[in-house]
Amino acid sequence: MATIYARGMHYKDLNEMIKKLVKINEKEIILKNVQGQRYIGDGIQGEYRITIEGTPGNDMAAYMDGPTIIVHGNVQDATANTMNDGEVIVHGNSGDTLGYAMRGGEVYIKGSVGYRVGIHMKEYMNKKPVIVIGGKAGAFLGEYMAGGTIILLGLNAEDPQKMVGSHCGTGMHGGTIYSRLPIDSFKLGKEVMQIPADDNDMESVNIYIMKFCSYFGFDYDSVRDRRFWKIYPYNKRPYKNLYAY
Amino acid sequence: MSFSLLTPEFIVERNDERCIRCQVCVRQCANLVHMYDQEEDRIVADDSKCVNCHRCVALCPTRALTIRRNPLEFKENANWTTSAIREIYKQAETGGILLTGMGNDRPYPVYWDHMLLNASQVTNPSIDPLREPMELKTMLGRKPEVLNVEDGKVKEKLPPQLKLEIPVMFSAMSFGSISFNTCQALAMAASEAGVMYNTGEGGLHKDLRKYGKNTIVQVASGRFGVDVDYLQAGAAIEIKIGQGAKPGIGGHLPGEKVMAEISQTRMIPIGSDAISPAPHHDIYSIEDLRQLIYSLKEATDYQKPVSVKIAAVHNVAAICSGIARAGADIIAIDGFRGGTGAAPLRIRDNVGIPIEFALAAVDTRLREEGIRNQVSLVCAGGIRNSADIIKAIALGADAVYIGQAALIAIGCHMCQKCYTGKCNWGIATQDPNLVKRLNPEIAARRLINLLHAWTHEMKEMLGGMGINAIESLKGNRLMLRGIGLTSRELDILGIKAAGE
Repeated sequence: MATIYARGMHYKDLNEMIKKLVKINEKEIILKNVQGQRYIGDGIQGEYRITIEGTPGNDMAAYMDGPTIIVHGNVQDATANTMNDGEVIVHGNSGDTLGYAMRGGEVYIKGSVGYRVGIHMKEYMNKKPVIVIGGKAGAFLGEYMAGGTIILLGLNAEDPQKMVGSHCGTGMHGGTIYSRLPIDSFKLGKEVMQIPADDNDMESVNIYIMKFCSYFGFDYDSVRDRRFWKIYPYNKRPYKNLYAY
Repeated sequence: MSFSLLTPEFIVERNDERCIRCQVCVRQCANLVHMYDQEEDRIVADDSKCVNCHRCVALCPTRALTIRRNPLEFKENANWTTSAIREIYKQAETGGILLTGMGNDRPYPVYWDHMLLNASQVTNPSIDPLREPMELKTMLGRKPEVLNVEDGKVKEKLPPQLKLEIPVMFSAMSFGSISFNTCQALAMAASEAGVMYNTGEGGLHKDLRKYGKNTIVQVASGRFGVDVDYLQAGAAIEIKIGQGAKPGIGGHLPGEKVMAEISQTRMIPIGSDAISPAPHHDIYSIEDLRQLIYSLKEATDYQKPVSVKIAAVHNVAAICSGIARAGADIIAIDGFRGGTGAAPLRIRDNVGIPIEFALAAVDTRLREEGIRNQVSLVCAGGIRNSADIIKAIALGADAVYIGQAALIAIGCHMCQKCYTGKCNWGIATQDPNLVKRLNPEIAARRLINLLHAWTHEMKEMLGGMGINAIESLKGNRLMLRGIGLTSRELDILGIKAAGE
């Protein structure tokens, strides 16, 4: 186990130190007093764990390919940008564009998330990215989504109207959003439909809900207290008839 | 079913005396123009399907075929031209956005043709490149403010540079818009000629990773095929913001083209649409661009130059100043004549500005602000020959990208139907039967030949001006004179009129 005190450190130096530790096969890295340094875990590969105390900056875990990052605090914008594999566990809230173009791995956010979360998420072969959001989500959730799963629990929002912003699933052409509470139809993009999740659907998300509950100390039964709603696109080719050939 | 008002654009003429009924034309045409009538023992053509790509003409063993423009004319009308009328018919019949391929073909002025180069006479000697050394080597990347030399060596570590044997690179063309064989030909040619080719936004096929030293990998809004290994596979990374043929527009590879190999390279499921949103949704400002640039630099340990490609638009100079300050090492500017595999016709023909103006404006602005050394400028969009390159460099470019010229070198006939995926020349298609028509080795040889020829020509032009290194021509606008330009145009280009 190695500990880095990040107070006042430039992100370039901090990330260099992390990469050096990884090179000598360190499996457990703890970053203390993180003060908004960007690009933590940017492009790192392998199997190890980074625990962050404080507030990491934008683009945390961008292009990340394997490791686990646990954040005791909030994360800012573009976390898990184009992430390929690994896990991000945030004991707090997230800023905008979380999981932009994410291709694989799992992201768990205890609290709420900002705008355009899961935008252009995609899946490929055995890679199926998952984002679990404990609280609320801003507008354009799952915009252009092409694959993967977003699970929106809305645990701090019993009022479904306030659980997600507008334009949810706009331009969506793949993947699925599961919402614990129904989303008002005027907030959904025209490309998606919403139906009650069936047993198979619930079966497919149970494991992620279980992990979410165990990471953040929620009671599984009270989170899984109802049948979720499933939001998915009408077709994989939303723009098929747009052009004159 | 209602009949179409669209009459054939071209007429296929067959000299029946020469035709030996070998049916090569029938087999070669992916548009199914030619048909063999067994009963009559003759070949007939459906003119309406012909795109005038010359495939059948070139392969007909008895030279029996020719294609002509259909002489059928509408009543003469300077406003309602044939194409204006036809386009309305097409949209009235389909309700769709008109698509097109390759660069803007409208008769806007080509400013390269309004600039003339200088040559030495009496007062300074010209140089004969056949007998004297002539340097075309070009380094792209951020240059330091000052160069501190100690014991004959540069003191500080220089930012990463891309080394080019000649100031020409192959533009970004994705696997998807062009065939694998075309990608391979470009990679092989770039590798042998010591220049770069660009993957476009379609990812990097595993079989092409070996050409990494001569590859620029592109990151666009769809992030197709982008992972750490991809970022590290090339010599440089390019962030694609825009494209000259469709500024402000995203990309869209239709699902039917996403077959096994493309699915693997783009890392998306087979048959799904590959949609590139118009903006990068993590970039809404110069500060955000800086964030993406540095996320890429962090991911590759500051070992690779990062380029930012934009379309030439009205405020291009101010935008480029921002891009330079955001930390880009290279800025690629794509003019409104830049090519494309598919673009909405109205966008291609009406959006953006000529590269000549954009380049001059950007170079001037960066010099005025004292930051020209911070970035290299790459000029793209309709470069046709070595003279265009020399003029571009004199206007302020460090190097050029060629896309359409490269494709023409390997057989493209500019039929502008790339978006149909039925390219008879095996270039802009994914149909395995068409792809195999393009032999990568032969195509690479043709590209290398073109670059060799241009190298000689560039050296001749430089020598004529009394210059023996391309570096001395960079931004040397005294080597240019304008012809047939207004004084406003001359001002923007920063050149004098012929005779001045």
